[in-house]
Amino acid sequence: MTDNRFFNRSELIGILVLAVFLVVVLPLTLDVFRLNLVAKYLTYAFVALGLVICWGYGGILSLGQGVFFGLGGYCMAMFLKLEASSVENTKIQSTPGIPDFMDWNQITSLPLLWQPFHSLTFTILAIILVPGIFALIIGTAMFKRRVGGTYFAIITQAVAAILTILIVGQQGYTGGINGMTDLRTLKGWDIRPDHAKIVLYFFEVGLLLACIMIAQFVRHSKLGRILVAMREKEDRVRFSGYSVANFKIFAFCIAAVFAAIGGAMFALNVGFMSPSFVGIVPSIEMVIYTAVGGRLSILGAVYGTLLVNFAKTSLSESFPELWLFGLGGLFITVVLAFPNGLAGIWGDYVQPRIDRLISSRKPKPEGWTDNSVADGAPAE
Amino acid sequence: MSSNKSGVLMSDEANKGLLSPLRRKLLMGMAAVPAISMLPRASFAQTPATSAVNTTGLAVTDTEVTVGILHSATGTMAISETGSIEAEKLAIEQINAAGGVLGRKIKFIQEDGASDWPTFAEKAKKLLVNDKVAAIMGCWTSASRKAVLPVVEQYNGMLYYPTFYEGLEQSKNVIYTGQEATQQILAGLDWIAKEKGAKSFFFIGSDYIWPRTSNKIARKHVENVLKGKVVGEEYYPLGNTQFNSVINKIKLTKPDVIFTDVVGGSNVAFYKQLKAAGIDLSKQALLTISVTEDEIDGIGGENIAGAYACMKYFQSLDNPNNKAFVPAFKKMWGEKTVIGDVTQAAYLGPWLWKLTVEKAGSFDVDKIAAASPGVEFKGAPEGYVRIHENHHLWSKTRVGRAKLDGQFELIYETADLVEPDPFPKGYQ
Repeated sequence: MTDNRFFNRSELIGILVLAVFLVVVLPLTLDVFRLNLVAKYLTYAFVALGLVICWGYGGILSLGQGVFFGLGGYCMAMFLKLEASSVENTKIQSTPGIPDFMDWNQITSLPLLWQPFHSLTFTILAIILVPGIFALIIGTAMFKRRVGGTYFAIITQAVAAILTILIVGQQGYTGGINGMTDLRTLKGWDIRPDHAKIVLYFFEVGLLLACIMIAQFVRHSKLGRILVAMREKEDRVRFSGYSVANFKIFAFCIAAVFAAIGGAMFALNVGFMSPSFVGIVPSIEMVIYTAVGGRLSILGAVYGTLLVNFAKTSLSESFPELWLFGLGGLFITVVLAFPNGLAGIWGDYVQPRIDRLISSRKPKPEGWTDNSVADGAPAE
Repeated sequence: MSSNKSGVLMSDEANKGLLSPLRRKLLMGMAAVPAISMLPRASFAQTPATSAVNTTGLAVTDTEVTVGILHSATGTMAISETGSIEAEKLAIEQINAAGGVLGRKIKFIQEDGASDWPTFAEKAKKLLVNDKVAAIMGCWTSASRKAVLPVVEQYNGMLYYPTFYEGLEQSKNVIYTGQEATQQILAGLDWIAKEKGAKSFFFIGSDYIWPRTSNKIARKHVENVLKGKVVGEEYYPLGNTQFNSVINKIKLTKPDVIFTDVVGGSNVAFYKQLKAAGIDLSKQALLTISVTEDEIDGIGGENIAGAYACMKYFQSLDNPNNKAFVPAFKKMWGEKTVIGDVTQAAYLGPWLWKLTVEKAGSFDVDKIAAASPGVEFKGAPEGYVRIHENHHLWSKTRVGRAKLDGQFELIYETADLVEPDPFPKGYQ
């Protein structure tokens, strides 16, 4: 029962603890403003979660997850922006009824690309499919040609740079460097007041837990084991008759879709979207969240994201001029001293003690698999 | 009613006694705060009661009022925004030394926007929701203002925004202390067309909303009013450092005037490459609306000497206000600091807010927004400014020529204050 396809017992406990932390502890202890900040941080946790599968298990380091975060976020933002740009709201413009930035850029009718985003159903499909298909195209082009490792990382960086330039350059269609601001309602429901923020928070936590379940499923399935095998010895897997490229493409696509869901939630929670989440710097930051959390740990990704972002906010509030140094110091410490991140600290120092405590009271139960063996630090 | 009036007067006298010239320094002022609080409570009745001047729960106590400063202290914009932070702190210190606002000292909370627009929105929300600041002095780029605008409108805050910008915006919750595009551009173009007989113009800008809108307005003015011609219009991404191809085009088209709104670090590359290509700015007229004394610090005076800049303030302005302002600024922030147009506009923010609060007799945002039109600041380093009904400032347009030492020499200024017109008819 406890050792089913999704999780073993210690993982189940871990997920329950996280769920209680997010659903009960945080909402009870934080005011709405801070809770909304947590909601913003958690949108990055979706990306980190995808990176655990793609990078931690599959060994594919993508330095361009901001692309997918951005695509998901922009799809959502386009829908919200259209709804905020009703004729009534925009009557001071020379062309009422189109988003304000189009008006500033002398566009006089809604571009064709924007038309379908009047529909929420289309938007939700687009949030999943646009990044998914884009990842499929990049993945197919790269992995079928056996481009991997550093080269793949560099290419994802290039894609991030290209998309940023495209968004900034086509400001009549995308809002340019300002992004899409002043998003207001979702199907007439105002997303800005406090009660809406609370509803959105719980919705997002639900989505995150669902994504964690999917990640757990992938990891415990045969697929997950092949991914790990591929990371450790790609040629052997290939000679055993598996199509390595397809598995890689799958891992990359699932990471892309997770990132896109995070991006869409970001647009809803924060009320705007801008190219500053698409480029190289945010993409690398997202990898750092995963590294701090421990790239082999699904739950670690969530905690790592929360920790880094909490540190970012509180350091910058207390030391507006010096905080970046503090943050840099934190990263260096974690990477040097704890290469497996928070999850490594937990697995190496905390869990053994808890185990010892429990086992000193009662004999070790069956099915209590040793996690560190199953996950295994990669041999790099 | 009458007792209240005399109460205000007495409080002014009390403050004067407290802040004798010897005690003017901030530290001394702070040292005096505990002494104030030891006085019997009755003495506070002389300043207007907090419940009367603050009906919306802002961070106002009997002795203090809190405002927020929200600029980028880190990231690519820090180099530009630091001047604004410094100017705002100077203004706040001077206001406190002169007795504060409605008898209350200004305390500020500084937040870092980190050159990142979402962070600006997050911090603005924090200042308004958590800290309940009475006003925010902040933002610099249009993108950061656009990110903050929905927040200050939703939580009914008051933002004093210092940068010259593209216009097309007006909000109850924002006072724009810089120039909007027509105020900055039109008079400068008129001047250069008359003075240099200029007919052909080449536009070069960074690729975002401000240069594009400014150039759109400039193009309409050149074509419709000056009956001239725009022979080229080119945009480069922010941070671009390769301008050789556009410089070649300039050499081919030989425009009478190069009109630029390239921003930030790109300026350094642009002017150096212009000089290296043999374009002599003492012969080729160049009019920029994006280079202030701050940027010349990076560009180097020898690379830009001879260029004309269209601003409302230059550090070299010769008037009594500026002669007091520049030394005070240098005393606080060091001899080497330079003061650009936006820095001066940022300095206006706290002062205009103080004057408006005193006119309204209240810290309430709604009352300040309503009382703002008509507020005039006679002590402005640029001379004299007044707030228009549309929450922008009436101010003069000035043209300066860059000198080798990095300062501007004032060449021309409009005779009257120019009316702000954020939604210019015929220029859209």
